[in-house]
Amino acid sequence: MAEDGRNFESSLPDYMSEPSGNLLELTGISKRFPGVLALDNVDFDLRHGEVHVLFGENGAGKSTLINVIAGTFSPDQGRFLYQGRERRHLTPHQARVMGISPVFQEFSLVPEMTVGENLFLGRERARFSFLNKRAMSSKAREVIAELGFNLDPARKVVTLSRAHQQMVEIAKALLTDVRLLILDEPTASLTEAETIKLFALIDRLRAQGVGIIYVSHRMGEIKQIADRISVLRDGRKIATVMADAISDTELVELMAGRKIDVLFPQVDHRPAETLLEVSNLTLASGIVRDVSFHARAGEITGIAGLVGCGKSELIRAVFGLVPIAAGTVRLFGKETTSFDPASMLRAGVCYFPSDRVAEGLALARPIRENVSMAALDLPGFARGQLLRRNEERQTVQDIVDRLRLRPAQIEPAVGRLSGGNRQKVVLGRGLARDIKVFLFDEPTVGIDVGAKLEIYELMKTLLEMGAAIILVSSELPEVLHLSNRVYVMHHAQMVAELTGAQINEQAVLACFFRDENQTAPARQAAPVPAGATVA
Amino acid sequence: MTSAALGASPAAKGGAAALGRALRHVGFLPALLIVLIVLLVLFEPRFMGMFNVFNVLRNSSALMIVASGQMLVLVVGGFDLSVGAVIALTSVVTAKVMAVMLEASPDEIPMAIAAGIAAGMACGFITGLINGACVALLRISPFMVTLGTSSIATGVALLLTNGIPVYGMPDTFVKDFGRAIWFGLPMPVYVSLFILVLVWVMQRQTTVGRYIHAIGGNVQAAMVSGVNTNFYLILAYTLCGMLASLTSLLLTARLGSGQATMSGNLMLESIAAGVIAGVSLRGGVGRVEMVALSALFLSILTNAMNLLKINSKIQTIFMGVIVVAAVALDQLAKRRTRDARES
Repeated sequence: MAEDGRNFESSLPDYMSEPSGNLLELTGISKRFPGVLALDNVDFDLRHGEVHVLFGENGAGKSTLINVIAGTFSPDQGRFLYQGRERRHLTPHQARVMGISPVFQEFSLVPEMTVGENLFLGRERARFSFLNKRAMSSKAREVIAELGFNLDPARKVVTLSRAHQQMVEIAKALLTDVRLLILDEPTASLTEAETIKLFALIDRLRAQGVGIIYVSHRMGEIKQIADRISVLRDGRKIATVMADAISDTELVELMAGRKIDVLFPQVDHRPAETLLEVSNLTLASGIVRDVSFHARAGEITGIAGLVGCGKSELIRAVFGLVPIAAGTVRLFGKETTSFDPASMLRAGVCYFPSDRVAEGLALARPIRENVSMAALDLPGFARGQLLRRNEERQTVQDIVDRLRLRPAQIEPAVGRLSGGNRQKVVLGRGLARDIKVFLFDEPTVGIDVGAKLEIYELMKTLLEMGAAIILVSSELPEVLHLSNRVYVMHHAQMVAELTGAQINEQAVLACFFRDENQTAPARQAAPVPAGATVA
Repeated sequence: MTSAALGASPAAKGGAAALGRALRHVGFLPALLIVLIVLLVLFEPRFMGMFNVFNVLRNSSALMIVASGQMLVLVVGGFDLSVGAVIALTSVVTAKVMAVMLEASPDEIPMAIAAGIAAGMACGFITGLINGACVALLRISPFMVTLGTSSIATGVALLLTNGIPVYGMPDTFVKDFGRAIWFGLPMPVYVSLFILVLVWVMQRQTTVGRYIHAIGGNVQAAMVSGVNTNFYLILAYTLCGMLASLTSLLLTARLGSGQATMSGNLMLESIAAGVIAGVSLRGGVGRVEMVALSALFLSILTNAMNLLKINSKIQTIFMGVIVVAAVALDQLAKRRTRDARES
């Protein structure tokens, strides 16, 4: 790879003037926050024209490290060499001027501003602080077209989907002359097609000598684009390895610091009676049309689909969060009439949102209150309106122990926990009352492999207790490995039900593609029988 | 893919959507304003009297200037409860300085006026600076900071005057400025128009406006994008303070005396004007032209109540009801757009 890099450099006069050393060289970087040593003596280097992946569990220090590189935090200790020169007291602005462009996971976009305004935020084309709007809008169009994104620069960011916001974020990073690009889980909300575009773009930038720091939890894409991988654990760098010289298992072991045999546990499905049956459901918003499916006790029912296909809204509607226009929902054989979260919880249905911060948790409140939040109407937690604090503490402590929350305390504020632990707190809410039907919406988005495994194990336990689990996920391997039956949603409709040996990646992808080609006169027959196709 | 799915549904109701968009852009405020004016013209002959029209224009000019300052602070996601106190303090300080200067050297009238105006503007500048610095650098909630500075400014104003109006300003300041009619309209109308244009240009055409909106929309994003957020936060509060002082100068010049009780209801009205104009209390959203319209609306409404001889205490209650209703409507509209987006 190093040789490749040099070849490209020689063809590009721009980068020949660069010092022959590394683009970025960090030595002995430490960063302490109140109560935690987020980075502990970390060495890190980035060459010209390489993709260097940062890999590690949530809370391992990846975010802190990229924030140090982007100038958001200044390190307490250590040397920061960029383009051969030492930089001190870097600000985000200086970093950008020097060609360091970060694409953060928490979007750095202003929702009420347009795409174009956001792209130029902080480096507007202006003379005497008067804006040159025409120049900016034509440059914005140019950049977006060059990236091949389908974005309208005049639209407000708040009206865009998460995936489109992610594209704006990437376009913003690439607007100026980029030397060092930081991508923090950029594919988390992109569709397959968009991901392919992004990877093509990364290849182009790499060929131009841009150094790319790439943070991801997805093994597949790491192997696909990484040149080198640095593994972080508990704020320390464990190792830097060549991407083609390490196996997935070795990588995960490095990250977790323990042996992890399989990424997905073997789930024993024992399908029993049907607990949830949805017939011809159509939502008021039209994002789900005429969908039928059912879920049985003792099995995981997977729902796969691309971002925006309506799979998430489907289960949100079942839980009463999104208004239903037509169709019936039968719970335990009885037709449901009142669709609101309180009734659903009482009936034994619990929904776990994908956006844990926005919908799931009160970050400033202790773990205990977050876990018991949805169960305070039960006699175990309150006598009338009076809380039974001791019983609450006892019950929540049991749940926290069962979930293997680390540390197993119930009083710290949820805001202080890492992503994986936060998800466990959300799940704990389902254990605080007698729940029979669990609706999981993207349960492992943004959490590390170790915590993922624990969540899968929890699902297993729930199944053994006779629960029905519905798993909605954009991560295909997850749905394929865990589910007994897989429904495929596409463009607001249920296009297939796969069982047994039919459950494989090709079959699911075929369902997407069949619909893509629907302009063709003769529809290609799907290679799998479509069980629950709705016309 | 997503955009294709999105594109299908609005196409069907394109006409209604376009109308809705247009309505969302200007809101129902202009319509409300026109209805109010038409009703008054039809049923209240005194409304169109020269004296009354001038009165309304003077009042609305003052409110427009304070409210556009208040808007800047609302847009960065804060609010300024101290504008009323700043108006009172400025009035007292300006009158006092002019009177003292004039007593010392009775011939130096321009000197006295300049010193008085400078001292008055300094009141707003300093209070705004303190407000902004506390909010930006010490991260104190704007509510507490401006409540505190409001109390301080009021206290200073009362201490300086013992509550007694300050007389002794030069006649020219009152007659040739405060009560002047230029080209057939009261002087404050021109001042407020000038300020409105200035704020509009700043908001729409300059980086300052862009950054103020960005900070209110998402401070984190602005910071990460390299915007000096502290500077622009302090700037917004300082401008707001200075605009309050300017309002006070206009009112003081018209009254001919400095009064520690002058602000009346202007603080609440400035926030009300902002909220009715669709300025978001969460920051990031707000347009000065709408704020001007809603200031005009509130002034005419007050005037109408005065003409109808509605008890001033009832008027105070009514103003409170309007503010709460406007905020509630803003919330409802937000919820509707959010629902619309989810579809």
